[in-house]
Amino acid sequence: MFDLSPDEWVAVRLSLRIAVAATLAVLPFGIAVAWLLARKDFWGKSLLDGIVHLPLVLPPVVTGYLLLLWFGRRGPVGSFFEDYFGIVFSFRWTGAALACGVMGFPLFVRAARLSFEAIDRKLEDAASTLGADRARTFLTITLPLALPGIIAGMVLCFAKALGEFGATITFVSNIPGETQTISAAIYTFLQVPGGEGAAGRLVVVAIIIALAALVASEWLARRAGTRFHGE
Amino acid sequence: MLSVDAKKRFGDFALAVRFEAKSGITALFGPSGVGKTTLVNMIAGLVTPDRGRILLDDTVLFDSAAGVNLPAHRRRVGYVFQEGRLFPHMTVARNLDYGRRMSKLSADAAEADRVIDLLDIRPLLGRRPGKLSGGERQRIAVGRALLMRPRLLLLDEPLASLDARRKSEILPYLERLRDEAGVPMVYVSHDADEVRRLATSIVWLKDGRVKAVCGVEFLDAIRAIGT
Repeated sequence: MFDLSPDEWVAVRLSLRIAVAATLAVLPFGIAVAWLLARKDFWGKSLLDGIVHLPLVLPPVVTGYLLLLWFGRRGPVGSFFEDYFGIVFSFRWTGAALACGVMGFPLFVRAARLSFEAIDRKLEDAASTLGADRARTFLTITLPLALPGIIAGMVLCFAKALGEFGATITFVSNIPGETQTISAAIYTFLQVPGGEGAAGRLVVVAIIIALAALVASEWLARRAGTRFHGE
Repeated sequence: MLSVDAKKRFGDFALAVRFEAKSGITALFGPSGVGKTTLVNMIAGLVTPDRGRILLDDTVLFDSAAGVNLPAHRRRVGYVFQEGRLFPHMTVARNLDYGRRMSKLSADAAEADRVIDLLDIRPLLGRRPGKLSGGERQRIAVGRALLMRPRLLLLDEPLASLDARRKSEILPYLERLRDEAGVPMVYVSHDADEVRRLATSIVWLKDGRVKAVCGVEFLDAIRAIGT
């Protein structure tokens, strides 16, 4: 096979860490927004829908720049996070995870929203006649039935986070060991003479991770499917 | 005893009913579209009446004048829906146990055994609802509603989606239920044969109103007048 150099390993591990953190951070907010959009009518719903989808249609560089303005150390949100939670985003791996999460958010919400919309709400009525209050109905009926869509959304978000380039490099730059993901590392290696070997090895790693994520999601979706239709 | 006095208006359809139901099976009898399902949904707490008062024994389930509207999950009213509505992601056993868990009742294995034997569903316990027949599903739906120990059981055309053979397969279970379970039941139907076989009294609904409350012996008279 091939051996990755320590620098290349660092980029791979960092990419995985960023993608996992971004996906996990998206999960609770994404479920809440998907549920709101699927189930509730409220003032400003189309505005929320538009904002959620914005990263999908904006040039990633624009998203990255907006993140820099708001979540940078001097930005209104960024300084709040630093003062109250001690979390710094700018030029840190946390910022890369934030950028990846923002870019993956609409993909997650679209998949999860569809599966919330597909649930037969009569089942929730049935649960309430059996003594389940709204929170327990959500946890025991709605959420498990939406699981296939939530899994699909997580895989999409994870894949987006792994491949994200434009917003990340604009927001947190390209610092080896801190914000240099696989994509950024491949780009960097291709800029220097003799870097093709390293870039090629990282390309293979990227393909392996993407395929593994696809296979895992297929397996999870099939498991969720047999749970509903099996004996 | 269940006492209902409720009004509800949807567009140009108005439902205004008043009746009382004692022990045994009270049939809500009338043609489709007369508001029978809306009426049981109001008793269950799934639909809110515009005005009125619904009492179950000494508990006020709904009283528009006093501003009381007990949410469905606190009414302890069992409901068997026309289409069963079993939870597809749970085994039959989990479905049966759901009401007990959500209502935070203590486990009672003897009672569970009694209901499972009454409905003859023991061989199905480990299976999922997806591949069960319509008749099996409805028996499980009845068991699920019974095992939450309801104070009242609502059955909304539980046999409507079944063919004649499956109907005759389930009717004996419902008769046993009436004679053994001791839970008052409200049974919605537009099928005279079902009503004749099961009901202890009839609430005859027509044009959104109660036309008569009477014994089953008047069923033929009602049909002669025309439902």
